Amino acid sequence: MTLDADHLRYPNRRQGMDHDRYDWSMLAARAPIAWPGGAHVALWVNVAVQFFPLDQAGKPFPPPGGMSTPYPDLRHFTLRDYGNRVGIVRCLEALDAFGIRPTFAVNGAVAGRCPTLIERLVARGDEILASSWHMDTVHHGDMDAVAERELVDRTLTTLRERTGQPVEGWVSPAGSQSHRTPDILVEHGVRYMGDWINDELPYAFRTDAGEAGEIVALPLSLELDDQFLIGASLHSEWEYATQVKDACDYLVAEAAATGRGRLLALSVHPWLLGQPHRIGAFESVLEHLAATRGVWSASASEIVAAWRDQQD
Amino acid sequence: MRADLDLYRYRAWDERLPIRWPGGARLAFWVAPNIEFYELEPPANPARRAWPRPVPDVQGYATRDYGNRVGHMRMMDLLDRYGVRGSVSLSAAMCDHHPEIIELCASRGWEFFSHGIYNTRYAYGMDEAQERAMIEDSVDAIARHTGQRCAGYLAPALTHTERTLDLFAEAGGIYTCDLFHDDQPTPVRVRSGKPFVSVPYSLELNDTIAYVVNRIEPRRYGEMIRQAFDRLYREGEHGGTVMCVPLHAYQVAHPHRIRAFEEALAYVVGHENIWLATGREIAEHYIAHYHDLDTAPAGGIGDGDAGEGGTP
Repeated sequence: MTLDADHLRYPNRRQGMDHDRYDWSMLAARAPIAWPGGAHVALWVNVAVQFFPLDQAGKPFPPPGGMSTPYPDLRHFTLRDYGNRVGIVRCLEALDAFGIRPTFAVNGAVAGRCPTLIERLVARGDEILASSWHMDTVHHGDMDAVAERELVDRTLTTLRERTGQPVEGWVSPAGSQSHRTPDILVEHGVRYMGDWINDELPYAFRTDAGEAGEIVALPLSLELDDQFLIGASLHSEWEYATQVKDACDYLVAEAAATGRGRLLALSVHPWLLGQPHRIGAFESVLEHLAATRGVWSASASEIVAAWRDQQD
Repeated sequence: MRADLDLYRYRAWDERLPIRWPGGARLAFWVAPNIEFYELEPPANPARRAWPRPVPDVQGYATRDYGNRVGHMRMMDLLDRYGVRGSVSLSAAMCDHHPEIIELCASRGWEFFSHGIYNTRYAYGMDEAQERAMIEDSVDAIARHTGQRCAGYLAPALTHTERTLDLFAEAGGIYTCDLFHDDQPTPVRVRSGKPFVSVPYSLELNDTIAYVVNRIEPRRYGEMIRQAFDRLYREGEHGGTVMCVPLHAYQVAHPHRIRAFEEALAYVVGHENIWLATGREIAEHYIAHYHDLDTAPAGGIGDGDAGEGGTP
């Protein structure tokens, strides 16, 4: 057996990345970032407000947390819907009790399904960012450009109308993108996105719109995501809490030792952490974050703005 | 295909010539950071896809890129604090993409061994000339960039052919990390008849297996390391044992995981009578003192050479 010759050709074997979307850069070698008030760690709590359709296509793959038994999978449909009815209320109470500021990553379809929920989130004064139309509209490499553009447009138009906010942030369902997702996002006025999870600070990401079309990558940690740890990895809610607290303490200590601001990005799902047996663990996380000196609880766009102000 | 490649002879754990490590150490402890490059759009190997999702698999790619941007520096600082030198399992293309990382390792006196060109290029399906070219390319790149003549091999993404170890020995190598059959070095038969040895490189304690495959909690990972150490240290009274912790900065260096690893590392290096070695040092010591004894026809006890098909 012999492989095609291209398996031993390496056209992108060169200094830097194997693509031109962003520059190669080591976190430890960058100019220090200082957060407002001299904080060590910027805290982005990203609360997912999601709709998982019952008639999931699952193409090219089902979203994590999606339908998994034969149609009609009422079991998973309703477990996810629980988040928008019950879980979100518990999460909001917990966040407010400890003064932690959330940012909500909202599927466009939720605006029509739960209009009062959107009104409630907006009335809090918290930031809304877009998370595509619903959890089954996965952006992927084989996606048609016209279809993707329509999806982004529909999502942003709907959320901007319903919230009255500029809606300049984006997190894709399943963290998945096509080759052109960043280009389409910039065309539609998006200024930062969370899907590129390769860093612990914001960084500049190129699009086909050139210098004017730069978008900021604001990495939304997957490894600390509640669904990743509790849902997919089957860790207990208290093991989850321990890991988040360890991350917070480590980043605060590293920032204090190096004089370089750090980012703690927490992706949380009310359909998961808002369950009665888990909310206590989430509360203990929030209590720890609130009690830790040097943690700046901010909206995603505030963190992006603070970072951007320190770039050349 | 063959039922067994007859790479080594059978010897039960309690039927060995006792190994004595330098300084009378009971246990040789080595840490193998994998420093890897995964391509965004590699050619598709017919036997194995590089990414589970359609290209671009943003989540998979960015997860690995995190190691290069954030993780390695954090891991290096940690190993420095405990006086542990890394034996780097290196995607040779890292020399081209991120020479800064190579320099940081070299300045610490770390060893480099070959882990292929990219961790997204698999040996499956390569003919002999192709696999030899890939191996020689990796050895040459490491020599060119680091001045080190590469002694060890870990196949890229653990993808092998029946000839892999023969070819690496012919390229000048003396040890492999690809075999998991023992807690001591073992002579490995290669067709050239050169002295060649398997140095234990634990998959069980490999952080990627622990975190990505087995999805365990960070503190449990620390417990596993301590438990493995306790047993190998105790058994090392009777004959030197080897303990390896293979690492991937994109897993272990996350802020919620690194402290648990640090505690385990502090526990290990806090013991006396351990040899903080590199893979090459273990292989060279074994070859210099034990290899001939262990391969001599009448050499020792329990010669289990009579497997089906015998020796090639």
